[in-house]
Amino acid sequence: MQHDEVIWQVIRHKHCSYMAKIETGIFCRNQYNVTGICNRSSCPLANSRYATIRDHDGVFYLYMKTIERAHMPNNLWERIKLPRNYEQALEMIDKHLLYWPKLLQHKVKQRLTKMTQMRIRMRKLALKTREVIVPMPRRQMKREQRREDKAEKAALLDKAIETELLTRLKTGIYNDIYNYPEPLFNKILDDGKEIVKEVEEEDEEVGVIEYVEGDDELEEEMEDMEDFSGFPSKESYLEDSDDEDEDDAEEQVVIHKKGRALKKSDDNGKSKKKSRVVVEVEQEDGGTRASLKSLKL
Amino acid sequence: MGFKRKKGDGDGEEMESDGRGKPSFNGGGQRHVILPSMIKNKDKRSKVYAKQKHEKKLEKQKKIRERDAAEKRALELGEEPPQKQIPKTIENTRESDETVCRPDDEELFADIDADEFNPVLRREVTPKILITTCRFNSTRGPAFISELLSVIPNSHYQKRGTYDLKKIVEYATKKDFTSLIVVHTNRREPDALLIIGLPNGPTAHFKLSNLVLRKDIKNHGNPTSHEPELVLNNFTTRLGNRVGRFFQSLFPPDPNFRGRRVVTFHNQRDFIFFRHHRYIFDTKEIKPSDKGKDGVAQERVKPRLQECGPRFTLKLVTLQHGTFDTKGGEFEWVHKPEMDTSRRRFFL
Repeated sequence: MQHDEVIWQVIRHKHCSYMAKIETGIFCRNQYNVTGICNRSSCPLANSRYATIRDHDGVFYLYMKTIERAHMPNNLWERIKLPRNYEQALEMIDKHLLYWPKLLQHKVKQRLTKMTQMRIRMRKLALKTREVIVPMPRRQMKREQRREDKAEKAALLDKAIETELLTRLKTGIYNDIYNYPEPLFNKILDDGKEIVKEVEEEDEEVGVIEYVEGDDELEEEMEDMEDFSGFPSKESYLEDSDDEDEDDAEEQVVIHKKGRALKKSDDNGKSKKKSRVVVEVEQEDGGTRASLKSLKL
Repeated sequence: MGFKRKKGDGDGEEMESDGRGKPSFNGGGQRHVILPSMIKNKDKRSKVYAKQKHEKKLEKQKKIRERDAAEKRALELGEEPPQKQIPKTIENTRESDETVCRPDDEELFADIDADEFNPVLRREVTPKILITTCRFNSTRGPAFISELLSVIPNSHYQKRGTYDLKKIVEYATKKDFTSLIVVHTNRREPDALLIIGLPNGPTAHFKLSNLVLRKDIKNHGNPTSHEPELVLNNFTTRLGNRVGRFFQSLFPPDPNFRGRRVVTFHNQRDFIFFRHHRYIFDTKEIKPSDKGKDGVAQERVKPRLQECGPRFTLKLVTLQHGTFDTKGGEFEWVHKPEMDTSRRRFFL
């Protein structure tokens, strides 16, 4: 004898293992429940005639239970495989649930719809590549960081790179590059090429070699420091007058004799630094020198 | 709580008689070392331990003193000082690996001839790189990418959009790119680098760490657009060799030495350090050495480096044979945590 009402009273008011109460409502965890809500009409335990749809590996089955089989729990549920096509499945449900309560039919069809939609979406997602979230155990991260720091210290990167570059240099692949090696570079410059920046240095070197002795002689001769005031201005045009050196070579000698006093002072100043400059200054007009002098001083 | 002394236990190091913690002698008259952990009495145990430590320390000091004295004596007498001991480092004591490349390995050369980087490395194809990001880009991502664009010649950047990575690979192959670099961001920092060789080249997934951008480096230089020189250090094993060649395939094979740019991938203990420098050679005078060998000041050539460009560290996570395919691909090498158990075992 079926006593659904009694069962329902007991379940609802006393205890049901499948019931799950959440803030939004009361749900039923029973696998055979059509709607998933704990209701008098949706409870599979409290309804002798019941139907559901369940999904097994992407195939939908219609499950039905009737009073006639209530005493045989073994064969309680009748299972029918539904076709994959949605419309055909609906027709099949109609056929089997003919003369069943309207509510049940409606709910079963709703469930079928929902499940087909889910099936479509799951299939689509499975085709896409999804980003996987991977856990990063903190201890391992820390260990890696520690090892990395030690490896960096052990690596001595700058030194390694420098030694590698040096070995490559020694094999000679850089030999046709103009900016190395420096002594060679300077030597080429000494031979007469004029590159603006380099010339100064070159002049210094060459000047030193050529003129040191000469200056010494002059220094010994000179005793007055009269013309010493002219010194700073002359230095100022050392750089400018570079080009004129060679041109005015001949004139140098002449002026040398004439403007000896001046020259001496110049020499004095220059012998400290760049003696060659002395010559340059002499070649230029006294006028220019004077003007520069006024500028400087 | 002692344990029964076995007959065969002649030079057994741990011997305890009746839990008293006293030294016991076997028939041969050898002294046995007492492990302090076997003594149950805390007071006694701590005393024994302290004493053992002290003895060890004294022994060590004695050895050092002897060594120093021997060296000094030898120097005074003008003889060769005894050979200095080489300290053990992790690199010295690295576990021997059978996959280390030997210089005369036929199989290695055959492999190299048949691998995917050949077209680029043999100058048949010029490398063309496509750089992109993961779907969400972050604070430091764009800056890092712009620096990468300046480091790697012939590289292009494209925004990710929501394309599937496989689709991007197809697109890149169609447009004749030779490599694809994906910069992956996590927690607002670039976190991983996925380098995919094209058309069917290997996929390497690297973990990126310790990123320092150019603007954060003191006295940084600005790179030019000359082709850089490559320095690949310490890639010893077969796997390391493969990874090294992979990096090589990203850069054009003919460096322009006039540009004096060098890009370094230095492998140390499986961490690959990336550096980007400009260099110049200087001649420096070194003072006469103290040992009195040369009285003349010599000129030595020394390279000077100026760092430009980003600085970061890479660690290989996986290396896959074909292009990006996590589900169906054939992985050549995957990092597993159990590989980290030994401190002296490295794979690159």
